[in-house]
Amino acid sequence: MVTAAPVKTKYEAVIGLETHCQLSTATKIFCSCSTEFGSEPNHNVCPICMGMPGVLPVLNETVLEYAVKAGTALNCKISDYSKFDRKQYFYPDLPKNYQVSQFDLPIAEHGWLEIELIDEDGNPNRKRIGITRLHMEEDAGKLVHGGSDRLSGSTHSLADYNRAGVPLAEIVSEPDIRTGQEAAEYAQEMRRILRYLGVCDGNMQEGSMRCDVNISVRPVGQAEFGTKVEIKNMNSFNAIGRAIDYEIERQIEVIESGGTIAQETRLWEEGSQRTISMRLKEGSSDYRYFPEPDLTPIEVPPEKLAQWKSELPELPAQKRHRYEADFGLSAYDVRNLTDDRAIAEFFEATLAAGAPAKQSANWIMGDITGYLKSEKLEIGAIALTPEALTELILLIENNTISSKIAKDLLPELLTQGGSPKALVEAKGLTQISDTSALDSLIDELLLAHPTELEQYRGGKTKLQGFFVGQLMKKTGGRADPKLANQLLLKKLAG
Amino acid sequence: MIDQTQVHKVANLARLALTEAEEVQFTTQLGSILDYFEQLSELDVSNVEPTTRAIDVSNITRPDDLQPNGDRDAIFANAPDQDGDFFKVPKIMKDQEA
Repeated sequence: MVTAAPVKTKYEAVIGLETHCQLSTATKIFCSCSTEFGSEPNHNVCPICMGMPGVLPVLNETVLEYAVKAGTALNCKISDYSKFDRKQYFYPDLPKNYQVSQFDLPIAEHGWLEIELIDEDGNPNRKRIGITRLHMEEDAGKLVHGGSDRLSGSTHSLADYNRAGVPLAEIVSEPDIRTGQEAAEYAQEMRRILRYLGVCDGNMQEGSMRCDVNISVRPVGQAEFGTKVEIKNMNSFNAIGRAIDYEIERQIEVIESGGTIAQETRLWEEGSQRTISMRLKEGSSDYRYFPEPDLTPIEVPPEKLAQWKSELPELPAQKRHRYEADFGLSAYDVRNLTDDRAIAEFFEATLAAGAPAKQSANWIMGDITGYLKSEKLEIGAIALTPEALTELILLIENNTISSKIAKDLLPELLTQGGSPKALVEAKGLTQISDTSALDSLIDELLLAHPTELEQYRGGKTKLQGFFVGQLMKKTGGRADPKLANQLLLKKLAG
Repeated sequence: MIDQTQVHKVANLARLALTEAEEVQFTTQLGSILDYFEQLSELDVSNVEPTTRAIDVSNITRPDDLQPNGDRDAIFANAPDQDGDFFKVPKIMKDQEA
């Protein structure tokens, strides 16, 4: 936590996150309209999501499945009896003037997730953040304000209801978070888990994952919470951390200068790197929830619950613990390997094929990740299979090729696929590690460069590098570097 | 029982602009409706489990199958105003609130 030096009272921040995650279903939560992002305005609407009289909404079974899986992965208790409620408020992004949500009986409660922060020495610090609840609800539509780029000053607004009725899981954390860094890591771990499950794509730019932050500060040691402020409008993990760090400083300054914190909603402004008061009158937060009469309650049958539980993959935290314990990889390596499920599974497939963990990790996080980033590809889109990578690594391990040659071969393997062994043979790239073959090559080399040889023997030993370079050039990089160096040194000495 | 303050608050939440006279009138009328419902409390429900709904049915769901709605024009035809592909709605905030 950051406090100005002369400040005598030490403060700590108390932070909780509300995360809205769009569930990756084909259709909306209560009707059969498409959830596709980027359609023409009001293309994906029907009488149900538009709230026409007399329609009957019905819950999408995949929404329930995804919510239960997410709840289970977040160590929640799945409710025996859950229901939907109507939350009433007036805003034109809601076609019905109420939002169907869950109030007092959410589908999942009382869970936690584990965040891991790596300290300066590379050691992982782990902390559990409590999950208060996870509930299902429908998203609202999107408004474009006319006559002004902001709500204030606009003469009218234009409503697009494509997003109205898109399924969301709202996940509320306990106020267990203390810093911007912890909050950003919480959000990141949440996204990892949801992506591992395949229930949310976690795309913050397209709004399929949105985080609101509740934050207050209090003097260290005080039990009561300070007045909390809500911050919205952060569209990256980085922005979450920065918005929180800014807000902590702002609140401390207000208190230190004798002011009081107003309970309000503030917006993070990316351009100016600060939070500003939303000044939008929240009206009354009296939502007058009541049970949604058109939807039946949910009592997840035990056999369904067991089935969905059994379909959960190994989750990121479990993978991190296992990789660290079983493969002796650093916390940093482990974190990179497990960030994306497909990459973790690629790594695991190389181990199954017999690759040593550290070498495999280096190839995947180095050259392969570099290629994926520059080509904007997922690991599933490359032609190189985990088995082929293993073969390549083993060719280096048994001295058939140098790692330099392996790197040279990689681009072709990534785009064309095929067997590294076959490629090495076809191209005649096998490493020369035969002593007599190397000896005669070195003899030829020394004969061809009498001047340099004389200078070397006269004390200019730096010229060793020159001879190594010439040897590599002569062999097309195929000389076994370690052996070649040994033999060369001996011959140079005369 | 309901008093005029509550009627005023509920009207405000429902975005209804009631005159003073209407508030008085609706306080009386809503009061008698609530009194009528109050008769239910004569029943002994101490042995009845609380419920959130009257029909004993759970777990009605549908498969996640796409069925686009073909008749968008019919929906637009019901809207008070339209601007191209958008529904047009009046100004949301009064200027002095901005």
